[in-house]
Amino acid sequence: MTSAAISNSSKTVTSSPVLNALRRNRMAWLGGGTLFIIVMVAIFAPLIAPHDPLEQNILARLSPPSADFWLGTDSYGRDVLSRLLYGARISLSIGFLSVLTAMIVGSSLGMLAGYIGGVFEQIVMGLVDVLLSFPTLLLGLMIAAMLGASFENLIIAIAITEMAPFARVARAPTIAVKRRDFVDAGRSLGLSPLRILGVHILPNILSDVVVVGSLWMASAIRTEASLAFIGLGVLPPTATWGGMIREGFDNILTAWWLVVFPSVAILITVLALNILGDALRDAIDPKTRSGQ
Amino acid sequence: MLGYIFRRLLLAIPTLLVMLTVVFILVRLVPGDPAVAMLGDRASEATLQTLREQLGLNQPIAVQYFEFLGNMITGDFGKSMVTGRTVLSEVGAVLPYTLELTFSAMVLGTLFGLPLGVIAAVRRNKWPDYVSRILSLIGLSFPGFVSAILLLLCFAVWQHWLPVMSRASSDPVTHIRNLILPALNLGLIMMAYIARVTRSSMLDVLGEDYIRTAQAKGVKARTLVMRHALGNALIPIVTVVGLYFGTLIGNSVLAEIVFTRPGLGKLILGALQSRDYTMLQGLMVVFAIFVILVNTATDVIYGLVDPRVSYKK
Repeated sequence: MTSAAISNSSKTVTSSPVLNALRRNRMAWLGGGTLFIIVMVAIFAPLIAPHDPLEQNILARLSPPSADFWLGTDSYGRDVLSRLLYGARISLSIGFLSVLTAMIVGSSLGMLAGYIGGVFEQIVMGLVDVLLSFPTLLLGLMIAAMLGASFENLIIAIAITEMAPFARVARAPTIAVKRRDFVDAGRSLGLSPLRILGVHILPNILSDVVVVGSLWMASAIRTEASLAFIGLGVLPPTATWGGMIREGFDNILTAWWLVVFPSVAILITVLALNILGDALRDAIDPKTRSGQ
Repeated sequence: MLGYIFRRLLLAIPTLLVMLTVVFILVRLVPGDPAVAMLGDRASEATLQTLREQLGLNQPIAVQYFEFLGNMITGDFGKSMVTGRTVLSEVGAVLPYTLELTFSAMVLGTLFGLPLGVIAAVRRNKWPDYVSRILSLIGLSFPGFVSAILLLLCFAVWQHWLPVMSRASSDPVTHIRNLILPALNLGLIMMAYIARVTRSSMLDVLGEDYIRTAQAKGVKARTLVMRHALGNALIPIVTVVGLYFGTLIGNSVLAEIVFTRPGLGKLILGALQSRDYTMLQGLMVVFAIFVILVNTATDVIYGLVDPRVSYKK
């Protein structure tokens, strides 16, 4: 991916009707605004958090929301609010990095499949079909269980479950672009296939791939939380939303705040991403664009 | 028709092979010596050797692969390392619970999702549409375990209307009471999904020329929507609902854990916690076969709903 390719494609995006439609869409602002706040909270968690997320306060174990601990404390006496703020970092970074990995690997595979064709294409797309038909959560669960739960392994596990749609999205336009005259011209000039793919084909499919990426981010965050709840998350004592719910679940009969607040955090984040994704989908579909 | 079903089943074979290969690779992803990784450093050499033999790890990889394929195809899914029982008998013991749960969720989801989607499409951009869209957006955003926990809090912890634990029971009333919350949980997510797909599918169909023609001919609104539009809109809905079945099973794993309900989910969790890798491998294969069967069934139903799909060729 060269810088020329990126600047080239961003030029086409800014002048596109897609971004204009997005700008006029109130739901896009709602989703995007909420997401922006969550990202800010994650980045500035050390500044905002009233307590150390790992600090144990034995005297204040399982205390309900109060002036000292706005969202209560957990069974180790740790501040739920601070853990929630720090947990945003894990959820967002695993969500983002896994989608990014899936995007890079999946669309490279899709582009190569479309460009090379033949048996390679059949094998890749066969694998893609299988990945698509296997439930995301179960596949993620299996991979995470086999690799062992850690920050990096979770990213790999979730990335594998989400690779398939990128391969699909990248393949079709590659086949279409491959037949265009400028690609033929490049080939006859002696450009390497890698250069043709990177410089001439990638900019044409980048916006599609990015849109698919934003749609899958919500799913990635959901999967991460679910895996953490099952016990396949980033290891404790690191605060993660799914992990907090898992720990709080043992005390669900007495300490509702331990499960309710992280649940709300996950829900708001996924909802914001889904709202943004919907707006994006409407914006790229010419049929709905005029209606917005 | 029978020939068509048979051909669909034949087409499932390559998919099954790829899935089995994926499972084979997955189990061998365990870093280092899988036997040590599974049993821990303190395991005796004899136990390690037994496990290696059980998994066929002491043989060349190609031999392992074909042996694995052979076993799986002949229905030998292996044995649990912990209980010593075969994967199939463990699965067989809890499968009815998972099936009962997913089936009730499917029924609930369709019962409420379909009308919700149709109303949203017919009243496009009016308040029923907005209500339906907001409901389905929220439903689709809930991770399965979060909605399960909130339902549990509301209906079992705060209001003692329903049991907190949904353990197996022979009493039919208790049995149904145990089923309500988990089924409601999965059903609501399913409803959101079906409503959304139905709405967009109906909108596509309602924009077709033949609908306008029927309208111009004076077909009653009710007949127009229910027969002319919904009949055709059902085709993509069936496919999508069928494809969603896999996700439903995935969500049922979470629901079973939250509601302490027996089923495949508890089985997986138990295998994970006891590092019972032979069980996990067997379960993966069972799930893969499940998904393929449902996908094939979806294709067949698709053929039944859509008269354009030909059974002849």
